[in-house]
Amino acid sequence: MSIAKPALLMLIAATLVAAACGGKKPPVARPLPPPPPVASATPPPAARTTPPPPQPSREPTVVPPEPVRDDAIASATLDELNRNSPLKPVFFALDSAEIDPEGKAALDANAPLLKRFPAWVVTIEGHCDERGTAEYNLALGERRAIAARTYLASLGIPADRLKIVTYGKEFPFDPGHDDSAWAKNRRAHFVITAK
Amino acid sequence: MKPQVFATVTLVTAFGLAMAARPQTPPPQSQQPTDISTTISGEPGTAPRFAVPPFIALSSDAETAAIARTIADVLWDDLNFEHEFAFIPRDVYATIPAAKSFEDVPFDRWRELNADGVVVGTVQKVGNGFQIQVRLFDVRNKKQVFGKEYSGSSNARLYAHTISDDVHLQQRALRGVARTKLAFDSDRDGERMTGTVESRGVKEIYTSDYDGENQRRVTTNRTLNINPAWSPDARSLAYTSYRRGPPSIFISHIYEGTLEDVTKSAGESWLPAWSPDGTRLAFTSTRDGNSEIYVVNRDGSSVRRLTNHPGIDSTPTWSPTGTQIAFTSDRSGSPQIYLVAADGLGPVQRLTSESYADRPTWSPAPYNEIAFASRNGPGFDIKIIDVGSRQVKQLTFGEGSNESPSYAPNGKHIAFMSTRAGKAQIFTITRDGRNLKQVTRTGNNYQPDWSR
Repeated sequence: MSIAKPALLMLIAATLVAAACGGKKPPVARPLPPPPPVASATPPPAARTTPPPPQPSREPTVVPPEPVRDDAIASATLDELNRNSPLKPVFFALDSAEIDPEGKAALDANAPLLKRFPAWVVTIEGHCDERGTAEYNLALGERRAIAARTYLASLGIPADRLKIVTYGKEFPFDPGHDDSAWAKNRRAHFVITAK
Repeated sequence: MKPQVFATVTLVTAFGLAMAARPQTPPPQSQQPTDISTTISGEPGTAPRFAVPPFIALSSDAETAAIARTIADVLWDDLNFEHEFAFIPRDVYATIPAAKSFEDVPFDRWRELNADGVVVGTVQKVGNGFQIQVRLFDVRNKKQVFGKEYSGSSNARLYAHTISDDVHLQQRALRGVARTKLAFDSDRDGERMTGTVESRGVKEIYTSDYDGENQRRVTTNRTLNINPAWSPDARSLAYTSYRRGPPSIFISHIYEGTLEDVTKSAGESWLPAWSPDGTRLAFTSTRDGNSEIYVVNRDGSSVRRLTNHPGIDSTPTWSPTGTQIAFTSDRSGSPQIYLVAADGLGPVQRLTSESYADRPTWSPAPYNEIAFASRNGPGFDIKIIDVGSRQVKQLTFGEGSNESPSYAPNGKHIAFMSTRAGKAQIFTITRDGRNLKQVTRTGNNYQPDWSR
C-alpha cells in the first residue's frame, strides 16, 4: 500500500485535472489559455470537483470470489481438482477412527459441495501414521474411511457416491518421523474419481 | 476359475530345476562293523566341529574350478546357518594340502585342528552339466558317514543348498532351510503409480533364496502389492493387490505364470494366510461393513465368516494342525492377539497382554508358539509367546522398528522387517534371538514370508 497510495493520489489528481480541462494529456502547472472545444464528450465539468471517479485499480478485488471458484471447480479436470482439492481431509488422533469436532467441521463443509456437484463420485482413502503396524493399519485406515463416509451419509450424501479404500501406512503425505508429520498422515483423504 | 496369463515367467527356469541325487555307495569298508554309527558327534556337550575345504575340480576348465569353489563356500554358509555344527574357520585350514581325490584326505591334519567331520566333494564336467560327489567323513575313524552324487544342474548354489539339506537331514534329522525362499514386498524399482496426482510409489512382490541371493520380481502391475504368503507347496504366492482399485486377494502361480482372483469384487480384502494343507485361505475383509476374519477355499468358493465383533479383527494365522486361528483384535481397546477355532465355533480367547500386539505368526511344529510385533516406545519389537504356557520372550530390543515376523519351516528361524539399518529391510534371526542376518539391501523391503 505504501507504494500504491501516492500512485493512487497522482491518479486522482490527474483525473481531476483531466476532468477540469476536459483534455487528454495531463499537463504541468502551466495554465493554457484556450481550452479545446471538445467539451461535449466529457461529463459536466464545473459542478463536480470533489468526488473522485471510480477507481479502476480496485475493480478486481470487488468481485466476490465464490461464483468464480464454483466455475473453476465445474470446469476443472479431475487431476486439477484433486491436486488442490476443494474437499477437506479429516484428521484423526493416534490409533483412533473417531471424528472430532474439527473433523466434523471439515465434513460439514464438504457436504454442500458434494450436494452442489451431484455427479461427483468420491473415494475416501483411509491413511495412518507409521506408528502402527503395517497390518493393523490396513484395518484402522479402513475404519477411518468408513467413519468419514458414515458421517457424510448422515448429512444426506448417498453412500453409493462415496467409495472407500484403505491404504494403511503405505502412502504417507509427509515422509517425516515427527508429530507434525504423523498428524498429517492420520487422515481420511478425498479423491474425486468421476464428475 | 480361469487363470490369466501372468507377466513374470523367468522364475520357472530358475526355480524349477530338477536335480538328480542318488545315494552313493560307500567305499569298501575294511570290516563288517557291528555298530554302524552314521552320525558324527563332537566332544561331549559341544557341537561337532566340521571343515568344508574347497571341492576338488576333476575337470581342468575354469568353469569347473569356479563351481567347485562356490559350492564349498555356499555349503559352508548353508551348514553354518542352522548352527547344528561348529565350523573351523576357513583361514585356519588354508595351509592343509588340498586332497586330489577321496583317497588322499589328510585325516591326521584335520584331527590336529580338532575337526570331527570333514566334507569332501568332487566336481566333474559331464556333457552340459556337472556331476558332484560329496562324502562326509568321520575324522576320528576315517570312515564315510554320508555319501551322495548329484547331477542335472549347472547352478552351484542349488547344489550346495541341496547338499546342506541332505547333510542336516541325515546327520541331525533336521529339515534344513537351504532350499527355502523368502517372499516380500518392495519399492526397490522406484516405479510410480499412474492415475494419482500424489505420484505415489508402487510396491511389488519379490522372492529370494533364504540367504537373500537370487532376488526376483514376481508382480508387475504397478500398484500396491503387499502381504505375500507362500502356498505350502511353495509354488504359489497369495497376496493383497490394489490392481483393481480396492485391495483384494490374488494368487500368482509362479511356475505356471498364471494369476487367480480369489476374492473378486466382494468388498475389500487383505492379508491372506494359507491353511497348513493349502486348501484354504484365511483373510481380513470389510465386505460386511467391519474388519472381520473370513476363510475361503483356495479357488474362491465357500466363503465363511469366522469373527463377529464391532471391533477390528485382522491378520489371521493358522495353527500347525489347522484347527485354530490366531488373529489381532482391538475389542479390548488396544490391538491384542486372540485365538479362535478354525471353524469359528467356540469362545474367542485372548492370548497377549501387550500395549499393542499385531501380526501373529504361528510357528510350525514341533514348536507351539506365536511370534508377533509388540509396540515398544516409538517402534515395535519382535516377541514370541508360547501358546501353552503364555510365556513371552523378546527377540529384538528397540533397534529401529521390528515388524512382520515369519517362521522358517523348521521353526528355528524368524524373518522380519527392521528399520535398524536405516531403510526398511528384511532380516533373519534364530528363535533364541541370536544370529541376526540382513537379507535385503536395495530399496525398502517389507512383510517377509518364509516358504514351507
